[in-house]
Amino acid sequence: MVVKSLVRKGDYRDSVVLMRISKQLEAFEGVKKGTAMMATDNNKDLMKEAGLLTDDINYAGPNDLAIAVEAANENVASGAIEGAKKALSEVAPVESGETFYNTLKAATDSVPDSNLVLISTPGQFAAREAMKALRAGKHVMMFSSDVPLDDEVRLKQFASERGLLVMGPDCGTAIIGGVGLGFSNIVRNGPVGVVGAAGTGIQEVTSILDEVGITNAVGTGGHDLADVVGGITMLAGLRALEADDKTKVITVISKPPSPKVAEKILNVLKTFKKPVVVDFIGGDHRVVEEAGLIHAETLEDAAQKAIAALRGQTLKETMFSQPERKIRETVEKEIKQMKPVQKYIRGLFSGGTLCSESQLILKNLIGDVYSNVPLKKELKLSDIHKSQLNTCVDMGTEDFVRGVPHPMIDFRFRRERILREAKSPETAVILLDVVLGIGANIDPAGELVGAIKEANEIARKEGRYVSFVASVCGTVSDPQGLETQRRKLIDAGVVVMPSNAQAARMAAMIASRGDVWGKL
Amino acid sequence: MKIPESLKIINVGLKSFYEDLKTQKAAAVHVDWKPPAGGDPELAKLLSKLELPEIEAANGRAIEKILAAIPTLVDIKPAREVIPRMKDNTILISGPPIEWERMSGPTKGAIWGALIYEGLAKNQAEADRMAAEGEIEFGACHDHDAVGPMAGIISASMPVFVVKNKEHGNVAYSNFNEGLGKVLRYGSYEDSVLKRLKWIEKTLAPVLADAMKNSGPVDLKGIMAQALHMGDELHCRNVASSMILLKLLSPHIAATGHDGKTIAEVMKFMGENFLFFLNPAMASCKVSMDAGHGIEYCSIVTTLARNGTDFGIRVSGLDGQWFTAPAEVPRLLCFPGFTEADANPDIGDSAITETAGFGSFASAASPAVVQVVGGTPNEAIEHTKEMWAITLAKDKSFSIPFMNFEGIPRGIDLRKVIDTGILPIINTGVAHKKPGFGTVGFGVLRAPQLCFTEALKAFATKYGL
Repeated sequence: MVVKSLVRKGDYRDSVVLMRISKQLEAFEGVKKGTAMMATDNNKDLMKEAGLLTDDINYAGPNDLAIAVEAANENVASGAIEGAKKALSEVAPVESGETFYNTLKAATDSVPDSNLVLISTPGQFAAREAMKALRAGKHVMMFSSDVPLDDEVRLKQFASERGLLVMGPDCGTAIIGGVGLGFSNIVRNGPVGVVGAAGTGIQEVTSILDEVGITNAVGTGGHDLADVVGGITMLAGLRALEADDKTKVITVISKPPSPKVAEKILNVLKTFKKPVVVDFIGGDHRVVEEAGLIHAETLEDAAQKAIAALRGQTLKETMFSQPERKIRETVEKEIKQMKPVQKYIRGLFSGGTLCSESQLILKNLIGDVYSNVPLKKELKLSDIHKSQLNTCVDMGTEDFVRGVPHPMIDFRFRRERILREAKSPETAVILLDVVLGIGANIDPAGELVGAIKEANEIARKEGRYVSFVASVCGTVSDPQGLETQRRKLIDAGVVVMPSNAQAARMAAMIASRGDVWGKL
Repeated sequence: MKIPESLKIINVGLKSFYEDLKTQKAAAVHVDWKPPAGGDPELAKLLSKLELPEIEAANGRAIEKILAAIPTLVDIKPAREVIPRMKDNTILISGPPIEWERMSGPTKGAIWGALIYEGLAKNQAEADRMAAEGEIEFGACHDHDAVGPMAGIISASMPVFVVKNKEHGNVAYSNFNEGLGKVLRYGSYEDSVLKRLKWIEKTLAPVLADAMKNSGPVDLKGIMAQALHMGDELHCRNVASSMILLKLLSPHIAATGHDGKTIAEVMKFMGENFLFFLNPAMASCKVSMDAGHGIEYCSIVTTLARNGTDFGIRVSGLDGQWFTAPAEVPRLLCFPGFTEADANPDIGDSAITETAGFGSFASAASPAVVQVVGGTPNEAIEHTKEMWAITLAKDKSFSIPFMNFEGIPRGIDLRKVIDTGILPIINTGVAHKKPGFGTVGFGVLRAPQLCFTEALKAFATKYGL
């Protein structure tokens, strides 16, 4: 038998804690006696009687914590004392329930096993919080925008050296470990991994992928593919998905990166063993195909081709889910009461990527489309509040949301714009996106139908008919309910299409009175 | 890089994102984020320049010393015998240094009283003239290793507690607590006040000094840790600590050989004054904080003190400097017969308890204190939680049973105060703004922002830029 002790100077603990520690000491295999006490004279007497009073403890004072064990051998004694030290250093668990902290530091200290920090502070302060999170060893998602590019580079380099992920800045959407972050949809678990530099792009793709499910959807933020950043997050995300056993197919979504960054990414993707579907929205299909990867023309196409790849199939792009006869029937019905002067499409979007994609599709079918975020600068709207010829407006840009909530939450501006477009005699089609999911309004269709009915009334009084075409981006598990939302729109007379791409095509069919069929 | 299989999320910013996470039943906590430095871009820039490893290291060393300090009551002596640079015409007052003209009503009243008590002036008029004409040397207690509650008056004949930090050897002093109501430290100077002071000098202090010859040094750290578990926050509530001290000293007082009537008087006074332990507690806090003071690059706030006119702070790495701002009036609970309009701005060195992690910082340990200073028990808990956000350590030597035996928040980091915009909270007694009226009530308030802003600028100038 040996007696071993430890004195912690000035470490005052209350007797309840000490009793718990003492109990733990005695429960240790091979320990005969064990105690943890403050080294008061009284306690020293007790320890003396128990044969546990070592010289160290004898010299300790009432503010010193004394731990002593009598054990079978030296090793057992040391082990028991180590155990007691560990128990003493353990922070008492935080009660479950609503816990708010004043600072990130307080939160990381109190929840040491947290692993991701979601940052949505104003942009100028976001980098500092992100750096604190990374220093604490947490992954980061930065919803914040307007973060200086050199901060982004610094954060991402710091993170990549430490095996951490920085999604964003300006990252609106991600789904990690089954949890939707920012604006995102409830998508079931499954074998497709997604990396995207476009928020609503990820939403559209993952919503369609709900059929098979996803592992993760990593958002990179809008500037990750800029030359200076060089796609650090995209590459990290792609490599993680390639290494992940559960991911069988990978899907990449972004606007066309610069040739330099595109080459870098494609060179990495070339080495992947898993099938990779790439949608460089509006990008050149040849570079993708030359790299041996699967090119997707639209977001829907990216999702469908990923599903096909999963099944070992190849797929041609689907223009419409319904047969031609059905599509033509719908077009006929919509154009019946239209006046010849009603020629133009007015797209009012809450999702930036959905707006861009619509412009790309419409450009090929009906020509130039004006926008506040146009495909080429000659097509920039002179006044973002007034449509010109064919127009698609992204109502989620800074100009629109300054000081008001995002149009996926607050529908006021879209409703007003719908009424304005209905008053314009040249409007043939009002094209809408309706985005469901976490972060979005709890009843987007309900927010729109009033304005749609009013718009119909305005047109009817002037002897016109305005066609409404929409797609609903969402899943059956989203809190708003995909079917309920679709039904509300259909009941209001809206032509509801299964995807943003199909909605754009339908709008072009109606505005051209069916003429563009041959171009599809 | 490996993508985590399941998330435990900290949400910083938009509360709606936290609610969205909860809707998904995700593990998440929320940070009620506020812009650094109240959104002031200049200060935010200074803060980012002050993220230096030298500061972290210095703070680490300082907080280790502060936590290791072992305040011990070693003696009771007349001020003139022990306090540095204490002359017969020296009057020490609380807070940052201040000239006579700007002193508050209660401070002036207490100074008149002290001059009459010392026999330097015959009456109030003469005392006032002497003070105004520069015959008296005023000093800040803190600049003389001392602390005094409220007006904080220490004159040469007054007995003081000598508190030694057994770990590092430094010493601090505090005067004797007179109780509440019409007392010198609240600005009263009438005969009964001066008579009590004389009794403290001639009877109480000698008896206790004799008792200490029997008892030997008294471990104040241990008393404070125990009292915290008994509901004291050691600033406005010292009920348990005062009893423990009395309990410890009683047998030794009895053994002094003084006559029974004297001993009864002494024990009655100590037993009835539930703030008796405040002054030794303050000196304990002072020796602890001084152990971490004067360390280059250290951004720990080592003093919060008020003189009834100005609020002042000192910072470890800025030795020799005070940063001041106008003192404010606390939100208070008044004693019968007084109103908020009677209240003098914040006064006293007793905020050294908050500086050291007690007082409002430890109020979660002291739900009963809210009956004294106002507020609710929940607020008391929130105060402690808030103060954790601006301090460097949770000191397990002083644990809070109700908070899972977490340690009290110790070591205010100047940078954290500016960063979070969370200002230190102080529990305090409130004096009447006119001399001679005494205690008005108790209350709570926050330290003024300006002291910290100015200190941060000075700190940045010295170390950051």
